[in-house]
Amino acid sequence: MATETLKTPSGLRSKLRMEHVSKVFDRDGKSVPVLDDINLDVSEGEFICLVGPSGCGKSTLLNLTGGFLAPTSGSVTIDGQGVHGPDPRRILVFQERGVFPWLTVEGNIGFGLSKLSRVEREQRIAHYIQMVRLQGFEHTYPSDLSGGMKQRLQVARALAVNPDILFLDEPFGALDSVTRLIMRGELLRIWQTERRTIIFVTHDIDEAVQLADRVVVLSSRPAKIEDILTIDIAHPRNISSPRYLELRDELLRKIGLAYTV
Amino acid sequence: MTAIERENRSRSLSLSTRLRPIAFVVALLVLWQIAVSRHPDQLLPGPWAVVKAIGELLQRGLLLKYVVASLFRVTWGFALAAVLAIPLGLTIGWYRRGEMAIYPLVQIFRPISPLAWIPLAILWFGVGDLAAIFLIFVGCFFPLLLTAMSAVRNIPAVYINVGRNFGMSTAQFVYRVLYPAVIPQLIVGSRITMGIAWLVVVAAEMIAVNSGLGFLIIDARNAGNRYDLVIAGMLIIGTIGLLLDLGMRSLERVGSLRWSYSEE
Amino acid sequence: MNSLAKPAGWEKFFWPLLAAGLLLAVWYYSVVWTATKVFPSPLSVDKGLAGLLHKHVLWADIGDSLRRVGLGFGAAAIVGIPLGLTLGWYPALNQVVNPVLQFLRPISPIAWIPVAIVFFGVGDRPAVFLIFLSAFFPILVACVSGVSNVPAIFRRAGRNFGLSPAQILTRVVFPAALPQILIGLRIALGVAWLVVVAAEMIAVDSGLGYLVIDSRNSGKRYDLVVAAMLVIGLIGLALDLGFRSLEKIRSVRWGFRHES
Repeated sequence: MATETLKTPSGLRSKLRMEHVSKVFDRDGKSVPVLDDINLDVSEGEFICLVGPSGCGKSTLLNLTGGFLAPTSGSVTIDGQGVHGPDPRRILVFQERGVFPWLTVEGNIGFGLSKLSRVEREQRIAHYIQMVRLQGFEHTYPSDLSGGMKQRLQVARALAVNPDILFLDEPFGALDSVTRLIMRGELLRIWQTERRTIIFVTHDIDEAVQLADRVVVLSSRPAKIEDILTIDIAHPRNISSPRYLELRDELLRKIGLAYTV
Repeated sequence: MTAIERENRSRSLSLSTRLRPIAFVVALLVLWQIAVSRHPDQLLPGPWAVVKAIGELLQRGLLLKYVVASLFRVTWGFALAAVLAIPLGLTIGWYRRGEMAIYPLVQIFRPISPLAWIPLAILWFGVGDLAAIFLIFVGCFFPLLLTAMSAVRNIPAVYINVGRNFGMSTAQFVYRVLYPAVIPQLIVGSRITMGIAWLVVVAAEMIAVNSGLGFLIIDARNAGNRYDLVIAGMLIIGTIGLLLDLGMRSLERVGSLRWSYSEE
Repeated sequence: MNSLAKPAGWEKFFWPLLAAGLLLAVWYYSVVWTATKVFPSPLSVDKGLAGLLHKHVLWADIGDSLRRVGLGFGAAAIVGIPLGLTLGWYPALNQVVNPVLQFLRPISPIAWIPVAIVFFGVGDRPAVFLIFLSAFFPILVACVSGVSNVPAIFRRAGRNFGLSPAQILTRVVFPAALPQILIGLRIALGVAWLVVVAAEMIAVDSGLGYLVIDSRNSGKRYDLVVAAMLVIGLIGLALDLGFRSLEKIRSVRWGFRHES
């Protein structure tokens, strides 16, 4: 099944473009293909979710776009320029273990801000502490924060350096389901305040339908793009509305396809 | 990294990479030889002289005799310490109050170097094997005691609850839950303690007995400045110590495969 | 674990004191019953200790031992920490050097005495060298494993935020590895304290180790021998506790499991 280069939703500028991206790992003489001919166009300010079965290569794709890995073939361009390495303009957010335990909340958020003057840095830190609602915890160490708070801290740290793109790799996976719901709302709120392009990896179907503008469905390894679903419900989304359930079922069906090779 | 990935990675090391450490050792030996030939009238020998000294020891049958003597003392000292310290430690560690009582005392005795016990050892056992074995015993006893106490404390509460749930008798519980649960940590602690024993035996032999690798070193120097024998002795000590450590590590691997309950 | 109720606060002092009291009683009575002429009773050790303190001999010896440990340990840290960080950072380099280190490590520092005397003569310097050797390997090993155990996620985050490799080493890897480095330093200090006593018995004539051997040799003063042993134990314990309190510093505390 050939995948096509998809057009960006009308009018918006293309931010991230993947063309014929493939990745093959060389393990011990054997080549393991992980990604197969990925083509994707992401517009500026879009919220994209990548879903797919465990181990299909979602994280590899994310690492490729972040510049931590190089594609075996094909190209990744951001704003027309090729991606050749990690860059503070595109920050990766991991599960909660990504927070630096030896720094306070302030220290973590200020981590990427060493090039700024002291005044600027303090202002920026204060701004993002407010944004993620961690006021009062400026001097707290991560070991005294809950899982949800640690994730908020990571997002604040990422946003503080003003990246163009945010990559999130199953950031809410280690949280309990109630906190997950709350965090989704928080993320959307932040995204609507300071709009950036977001690429969000998850294997929670509901999460994808609740958050994304478009959901990219990946097959199992070697991963291809099975399909792309556009979620045309405006925020805030009612998760009991018929349209939501319709889209959710459609996504489930598409995933069902993705499990067969 | 999973075990399989680790294995694959080590298999993929090319031959040239494996040769590099050997090349490094050879380079060091060459430098050593050069340094020695530049200063021919000082006391320390070059690598070739050391090799010849090892040959001499082999020839006189002393190498085997001394190695066996040192190993003999280590084995006895360690075994006695283990037989006493481990059951004692497991019992004391089981009772919170027992631990509270004993732990501070052990913390005072542990930093006392086994060698500080020499006068007492000689007083009680005279000069000879027993004194050396006693010193090794002292050096091993406290670390093993602490290891056993900590191993019991670290048994996950789940295991204990399961044992209780299934209505086991005390003997069954000890044999089927306690013992397998503490073995991995005991093996690791034993490896470290064995390293300590090996350090102590060399020192003990310098002072208290007339055979063994420690004695070899001190005697070679005292009776004629035979520094080639001194360094030969050091190298043999290093080799055997390394072999002991590797042996214990392979035991660890067996132990952790059979009784593994780690999440990795 | 098997206690029926949580121990009360006062029990923290009661039980160890009870155990110590029992030990002293056993000691005292075994001396009395065996009517030994040589082995000291707790009382004579106490008197001997007081005598040493009174004559100011003890403080000089303690000072000497601590000084040697300080020098040797300090040198081992200054050499070992940067070297360990480098070897941990460049696994290829570690792979080349490691076999030599693993081979040298099991050689008891005491076995180095003749060689140390050749290089450094007699007196303080060979003793300090022995202490350096004994502390060096634990520090090195702890630094190497501390660095290699830093989760890749932290290094990646460092790169992501645009840090140079040198900055990643100082701002990410070093703080992340610090708890393990501290543990290595504490263990090294403990080993150094064991070795200083041994070195002083053989190579120098001052310090606590020398006090132990000398008390026996010049007059069979076993009361002083035991007194010196106790002092050795107490100071070693104090050093260890002092180091453990470093583990409570906030920016390192995260790396240590909190003992309940």
